[in-house]
Amino acid sequence: MTSDLKHSAGATAQLDVDAIRADFPILSLRPHGKPLVYLDNAATGQKPQQVIDATSAFYASQNSNVHRGIHHLSQLATEKYDAARESVCRFINAPDSREVIFTSGNTEALNLVAQSYGGTFLGEGDEVILSQLEHHSNIVPWQMVCERTGAKLRVIPIDDNGDIILDEFEKMLGPKTKFVSLIYVSNALGTINPVKKIIELSHAQGVPVLLDSAQAAPHMPVDVQDLDCDFLTIAPHKMCGPTGIGVLYGKTKHLEAMPPFKGGGDMIISVTFEKTTYNRLPFKFEAGTPNIAGVIGLGAAVEYLSAIGMDRVAAYEAELLEYGKKALREVEGLTFIGTAEERTATFSFTLDSAHPHDIGQILDGEGIAIRAGHHCAQPVMKHFGVPATARASMAFYNTTEEIDALVEGLRKVNEVFA
Amino acid sequence: MPNKRSLYEQVILDHNKAPRNFGELPDADRKAEGYNALCGDQFTIFLKMDGDVIDTVQFEGSGCAISKSSASVMTTQLKGKTRSEAEALFQKFHAMITSGFDAELDEAGLGKLMVFSGVREYPVRIKCATLAWHTMLSALHDDDGTVSTE
Ligand SMILES: Cc1ncc(COP(=O)(O)O)c(C=O)c1O
Repeated sequence: MTSDLKHSAGATAQLDVDAIRADFPILSLRPHGKPLVYLDNAATGQKPQQVIDATSAFYASQNSNVHRGIHHLSQLATEKYDAARESVCRFINAPDSREVIFTSGNTEALNLVAQSYGGTFLGEGDEVILSQLEHHSNIVPWQMVCERTGAKLRVIPIDDNGDIILDEFEKMLGPKTKFVSLIYVSNALGTINPVKKIIELSHAQGVPVLLDSAQAAPHMPVDVQDLDCDFLTIAPHKMCGPTGIGVLYGKTKHLEAMPPFKGGGDMIISVTFEKTTYNRLPFKFEAGTPNIAGVIGLGAAVEYLSAIGMDRVAAYEAELLEYGKKALREVEGLTFIGTAEERTATFSFTLDSAHPHDIGQILDGEGIAIRAGHHCAQPVMKHFGVPATARASMAFYNTTEEIDALVEGLRKVNEVFA
Repeated sequence: MPNKRSLYEQVILDHNKAPRNFGELPDADRKAEGYNALCGDQFTIFLKMDGDVIDTVQFEGSGCAISKSSASVMTTQLKGKTRSEAEALFQKFHAMITSGFDAELDEAGLGKLMVFSGVREYPVRIKCATLAWHTMLSALHDDDGTVSTE
């Protein structure tokens, strides 16, 4: 590693990464006796002490069901729960917290829209547009609803950089198009899609757009009013929050027009065997006892991120991206899969010497955690003609030193498989 | 370093780089394909039988070092074996890589296959090491199917 490379990063970063790292207890682990270098953030992110504390404080001193009891604990839990919804609302700049719906995950949020919106408003011959970059969770739910309704999927192709081809989108957008469901940032490649342009073009034809922001929200400011998206989904566990919780944002006009997704308690106002009256938003879509600790943990996560500032996170990670591009290029036999101009600090690659699985294995022995596989995006792998890639995905708590460690680790891989 | 030593034995690295009995076998009388969807590994096993005895075995395809070298080493161990001997060998191999260390088991005629004993420390790699074997058994039974370890 040349020293100018090292100096070129860090100049503008106004992020106290050492202080941030101290918030994450897991980062001080030493797997196989080596300092943990956690570069599998696209799979799931690590949790700061603030989130761990909020979750355990709930169980230790606030645990109760929400919206049901008049006793002290129930009120306390309800307050915390409702406050978390307000925090998420501010985090994505939603106009109204009733448009923020808690689900069991990003996947369930996508299924909710596909089934409730798609199942109601799609018919024979209608078209739903996706892209070749989609995660399987934004493909399969639409295939299921298409099978039921007779609607068809259209797929925006990608070029060899891993960018979607906008011209092709414009060509397929037409009177048959009833919905566009698009990944905001590719989990497999890091490509940041031109979502504002897509939304503008779609809206000009009266077509609503969903953004799967699982990989966007952890890395950049996401403002649903500025984007003007109709729906947006979030995977909290990829942005400091707990697993088992997801967020769906939807514009009121759509959510009001959609039938409930699941039936049960909390989503009703009154039930008789003759007629049930559904609850108002957002409760209409939240049947049953929710993941209360998960929601409270998510509230703590978005407060934590907001205190750092997502614009600063984005600026810092842009430096990691530039540093990583240069540093990894020095590794013999390394080919980047995905070279989009606009992307997050996610490096998908192959090595001439070794299969991604073996790369991951050797790196693990060095304390470095990456992902090897198809990343739940087989259509992307197919485009590049590879069965799998190795993927190192960064978060704001990663450092250029960790990229150096990755480069060293990859040199070891090359040695072992020389 | 024990991590690397035990999984990626020199023999494994060697078979990965220079697989034996590699390539299509045009006069095969049995063949089967095996996939590991998770890693994208894919192998075809070709068998030429002489009655109940394996006369020739070859393979083709791609995968990680463990799956590829396992396929390669396997092909060097099967020639001349009867169907039931091949099955018994797989049972022993499977037991060796899935159980803890067992001296008795490990000396039960596994020979060169012992280079894969490191796999037992890495449970996620067991399916890599067994993909070719499952595929070979499928070919042996001539069910002409596709094997998937997922
Ligand atoms: C882009 C994208 N969409 C959807 C998902 C699914 O999220 P989850 O599995 O948390 O429901 C993921 C997570 O891997 C993702 O990266």
